[in-house]
Amino acid sequence: MYNFEFKQPKTVSEALSALVNDEAQLLGGGQTLIPTMKQRLASPSTLVSLTAIEEMKGICLNDDGSISIGGGTTHADVAANSNIFSGLITLAKNIGDAAVRNRGTIGGSLANNDPAACYPAAALSTGAVIITNNREISADDFFRGMFETALEEGEIILSVRFPVPSLSSYQKFIQPASRFAIVGVFLSNFENEIRIAITGAAEEGVYRWREAEVALNANFSEGSLNDLLVEPEGMIGDIHASSEYRAHLVKVMTKRAVKNAS
Amino acid sequence: MPDVKMIVNGKPVSGSVEGRTLLVEFIRNNLHLTGTHVGCDTSQCGACAIHVDGKLVKACTMFALEANNREVATIEGQANNDGSLNFIQQAFKDHHGLQCGFCTPGMVMATADLLKTNSKPTEHEIRDHLEGNICRCTGYHNIVKAILAASGQDVSRIAAE
Ligand SMILES: Cc1cc2nc3c(=O)[nH]c(=O)nc-3n(C[C@H](O)[C@H](O)[C@H](O)COP(=O)(O)OP(=O)(O)OC[C@H]3O[C@@H](n4cnc5c(N)ncnc54)[C@H](O)[C@@H]3O)c2cc1C
Ligand code: FES
Ligand code: FES
Repeated sequence: MYNFEFKQPKTVSEALSALVNDEAQLLGGGQTLIPTMKQRLASPSTLVSLTAIEEMKGICLNDDGSISIGGGTTHADVAANSNIFSGLITLAKNIGDAAVRNRGTIGGSLANNDPAACYPAAALSTGAVIITNNREISADDFFRGMFETALEEGEIILSVRFPVPSLSSYQKFIQPASRFAIVGVFLSNFENEIRIAITGAAEEGVYRWREAEVALNANFSEGSLNDLLVEPEGMIGDIHASSEYRAHLVKVMTKRAVKNAS
Repeated sequence: MPDVKMIVNGKPVSGSVEGRTLLVEFIRNNLHLTGTHVGCDTSQCGACAIHVDGKLVKACTMFALEANNREVATIEGQANNDGSLNFIQQAFKDHHGLQCGFCTPGMVMATADLLKTNSKPTEHEIRDHLEGNICRCTGYHNIVKAILAASGQDVSRIAAE
C-alpha cells in the first residue's frame, strides 16, 4: 500500500475542508477501501476518515414516517435497530460477517456501488433519497452502473432517507467465499406500488425489474411471475455463476421475496 | 510520523506510525504481540480478529491511527490472571478445536465476542458468528463443539470427528 496522510475530522465542515486536496479520499469503515488500497487499486495522498463524525451516525424516525440513517452508521447498528423495516434488518444482518458489520457503513456501501453489494438494492427498491452535503439525490438517479454513482468528487453521503414499505423482503443468494450476493432481490410493497431491485446479477449493477413490478402490482403472488422471462444477456457470468444461472436466480429469488415479505 | 497511543490488553502503549500502518502491523511489529495473525490480503480470513472498544474487528482492515485512544484486546490478554487457559481456550484444547492453530487466535476472539451477548448460542448461531473466520484444518466441526462446550452445553452426544 502506498503511504498517505491520515486525517480524522470531528465535523462535516472540517471533513469538507480536508477534502480540498486533489488526491484526497474519504474513508468510511474501510472494509472495501483498505483491501483496495492493499492491491494498489486506490492510492489517495490523503485519507479523510469519517468515523469520528458523530453527526453522521445514528438512525431516526421522521415525522412523515420515513427513516433516516446517518451515512456513517455501521451495518451492525442498522441490524440491531428494531424500528427498521424487516427487509432492511435482514439485509444488514447478512452483510459479510460480524467483524465487517462492526466497521462497514451504509454511506460507504452506497458510494462504492459494488455490483454485488446489498444496500444499493434496498435504496433502489424503497425509492430512498441519498442526502449529501450539497443536495438530495433519489435512488433512481443515484446508481449509474458498476461502481459508478451520481456523487461528485468530494461529495459526502451524510444520510439516507428510506420510505417505509408495509411489506418488505431481502433475499440473497450468497457467494460463500466473498459473502456478497450472487443475486440479491429487495422487494418493497407500498400501499399502491411494488418495487423490485436486483443486485449481483447485472453488468450494469443494481436495477429495477420492471416487468416483475407490473406483474406483482396486478397480482401479488409468486405465480404471477411464472410467465416472465429473464434473459441471460447483460447478466454477469464468472466462475461463481454463469449468466444463465444468474438470470434463473433472479426469478427464483424474487419469488422467495414475495413469499417471505413481512 | 504521527504518534498513536492506545490501551492494549489493559496496558497503555504508544508509538510512531505511518498513515498506512495497519493496526495488525502495529500490534505485531511494534508491540511484538504476534498472536494476532495475518492470513490474507482480502479481509476474508479473520486470523487477525481482535476487539477494539469491545467490538470484534479485523485488525488488517483498520489503520493503527484509527485505534488512537482506544482499548484493544488481543489473544495475548485472554488467558486467566494466573496464566492458565481461559474457558474458551481450554474448550478448544479439550475438544480438538484446532490443528495447526493458525486460525485459533481469531476464532477465540470471535467466540469471546459471541459469548458476551449470547451465553448459550445454538450451533447455527455459532456458525453464523464465525462466518468471517476461515479454518483450513478442522472442518469447523470441533470448533463448533468446543464453543458449545465452552458455553456449558452438553456435547457428549456429538461425535468426535
Ligand atoms: C469479507 C467481506 C464481506 C463483505 N460482504 C458484503 C456483503 O455481503 N454485502 C455488501 O453489501 N457488502 C459486503 N462487504 C462490503 C462492506 O459492506 C463494506 O463495508 C462497504 O462496501 C463499504 O463501506 P465502508 O464504510 O467500509 O466504506 P470504505 O471501504 O471506507 O469506502 C468505500 C468507498 O466509499 C467512499 N465513501 C465511504 N464513505 C462515504 C460517504 N459517507 N460518502 C461518500 N463516499 C464515501 C470511499 O471513499 C470509498 O471510495 C464485505 C466486505 C468484506 C471485507
Ligand atoms: S488477515 Fe485475513 S481478514 Fe485479516
Ligand atoms: S487449525 Fe489450522 S487453520 Fe484452523
